[in-house]
Amino acid sequence: MVERRPLLTFTQHAVLIVGAAIFVFPIYLAFVASTHTGTEVNRGLPLLPGDQMQENYAIVLGEGLSTAGAPPIGLMLMNSTIMALAITLGKLAISLLSSFAIVYFKFPFRVLAFWTIFITLMLPVEVRILPTYEVVAQLGMLNSYAGLSIPLIASATATFLFRQFFMTVPDELTEAARIDGAGPMKFFRDILVPLSRTNIAALFVILFIYGWNQYLWPLLVTTDESYYTVVMGIQRLANSGDQLPQWNLIMATAILALLPPVIVIIVMQRLFVRGLVEVEK
Amino acid sequence: MSDISLRDVRKVYSGAEAPTIPGLSLEIVSGELCVLVGPSGCGKSTLLRMVAGLEEVSDGEIAIAGRRVNDLEPAERDISMVFQNYALYPHMTVFNNMAYGLKNRGMPKDEIRRRVDEAAVMLGLDGFLARRPRELSGGQRQRVAMGRAIVREPAAFLFDEPLSNLDAKLRVKTRVEIRDLQQRLRTTSIYVTHDQQEAMTLADKLVVMNAGQIEQIGTPIEVYERPASLFVAGFIGSPPMNLLPPSAVPSLAPASAPEHALIGIRPESMVPADDGPIALDVRVVERLGATSTIHGRLPGLESDVIASVPSTVPADPGRTMRFSSPGDGVHLFDGRTGRRLG
Repeated sequence: MVERRPLLTFTQHAVLIVGAAIFVFPIYLAFVASTHTGTEVNRGLPLLPGDQMQENYAIVLGEGLSTAGAPPIGLMLMNSTIMALAITLGKLAISLLSSFAIVYFKFPFRVLAFWTIFITLMLPVEVRILPTYEVVAQLGMLNSYAGLSIPLIASATATFLFRQFFMTVPDELTEAARIDGAGPMKFFRDILVPLSRTNIAALFVILFIYGWNQYLWPLLVTTDESYYTVVMGIQRLANSGDQLPQWNLIMATAILALLPPVIVIIVMQRLFVRGLVEVEK
Repeated sequence: MSDISLRDVRKVYSGAEAPTIPGLSLEIVSGELCVLVGPSGCGKSTLLRMVAGLEEVSDGEIAIAGRRVNDLEPAERDISMVFQNYALYPHMTVFNNMAYGLKNRGMPKDEIRRRVDEAAVMLGLDGFLARRPRELSGGQRQRVAMGRAIVREPAAFLFDEPLSNLDAKLRVKTRVEIRDLQQRLRTTSIYVTHDQQEAMTLADKLVVMNAGQIEQIGTPIEVYERPASLFVAGFIGSPPMNLLPPSAVPSLAPASAPEHALIGIRPESMVPADDGPIALDVRVVERLGATSTIHGRLPGLESDVIASVPSTVPADPGRTMRFSSPGDGVHLFDGRTGRRLG
């Protein structure tokens, strides 16, 4: 927009500010709630931060809420991180390899294989959750990191995106690599993966958040507190039986649960944007 | 010794009705630059890719330096190739682009460094080794692609239309550089192009291809002076050779010429002469500086006859000009088989 129209500029900014405010407000409230005592919060939510911040965060990080049957949040954060990272890295590795196979190798039923993967896009975790649970239980993977992450690793989305990207890599590059004596896996490692850097960064962000936000699946496969993840942990905290939920502590947990994805986005976005600016072709 | 020989090489793509290359033999002598030229779809690139090992050979035998290579991987054939789009690895520096093939062969680091430095100096790339391909101009990228081929010190270079992505001026310059480089290194080379001028200037041996078959093999001058067929006559030379029925120029047709013969005269062989046997009604005159190209009509003929004359010769549209042609400028072809007569 090169036009200079003050009214338009004003309207644009007003819309943006209102939109941002609507988006940020709940998070702000959660933060405010996490800085007051439990009684203050239950009386009615104040709009300004209180002075209980240190105490509240010390409790959730250190002791946990024994009354709600939840471990200290540090452990849950670590569990969530392990699960999200395992899912993300697993998905990236498997989808890179499978799209490499689909694009660069001729094997029987190649098209069928691709469409089978593609169709699973229509089956989210929830649809197949009972059979998956059965399989995981039979394999004895309940209450383990493997049980938390492996069933969620197969990814049609990432496979599809990498396939689309690989198909744009010029054939001549493949041929040059063949003449340079690079076998298939060398070509994959030395050329395809480095070229996919920006795609990998973008997918890392998306998949990490996907893994981090898993709720139903961890709820099903973990009964042992030491494997609770933070997202399902919040729910445990809120279901405190007869007592009033300790909203100040729950909100402190929510704020802490928010931080890792935010950090991932901030860190990876730099890489992502730099990748976008340096167009390679 | 690193000659390349192709014996009865055939290529049939699966599903295709007719073979792309129905059977072709060619000998390329060690140190020679052999240019394959022809219109698009004539099978010249397919042939090159079969030599490189990027296409399977349906039948026949390809040997490089006396060794049958049909079943060898491209990397095992001791060749290197320069692609039309350069095919540089975008994420690697110029140095790594050139060194990659050597690294894969397990060559010691200092030897790689020595070879890459040497090639970089030869190609004027010594200041650019740390750059990425996207930071280079088209001509520089082309030279990196050449460098990648050179450092391997292969038995043969294969060029697949390496100049077609450059602008006209750079193309002429790079053409000279390639010729110079090949003459210094004396590496057997196959060069594919559809540009007949490029083919003429580069070739030791010119192979004109059409529809998967060889129309003529010879030095550029042989092919130019004695085209073996109507196709070659029309393809090599610019503007193309004029092809006339004997009835249009009875005095130039040998008495022995059969009725279905065609007379070919190159525009450059059309010499203005007051009493010449060819009388053209001049339609268009294109002035190119040193020469002028005259487009004119012979009575009773549908298509233009073209003459290339020095620009000092006065020529204006609407006039009638007379031309003669020296005896060796007249070619005779069989109009039915397309082959040269005599």
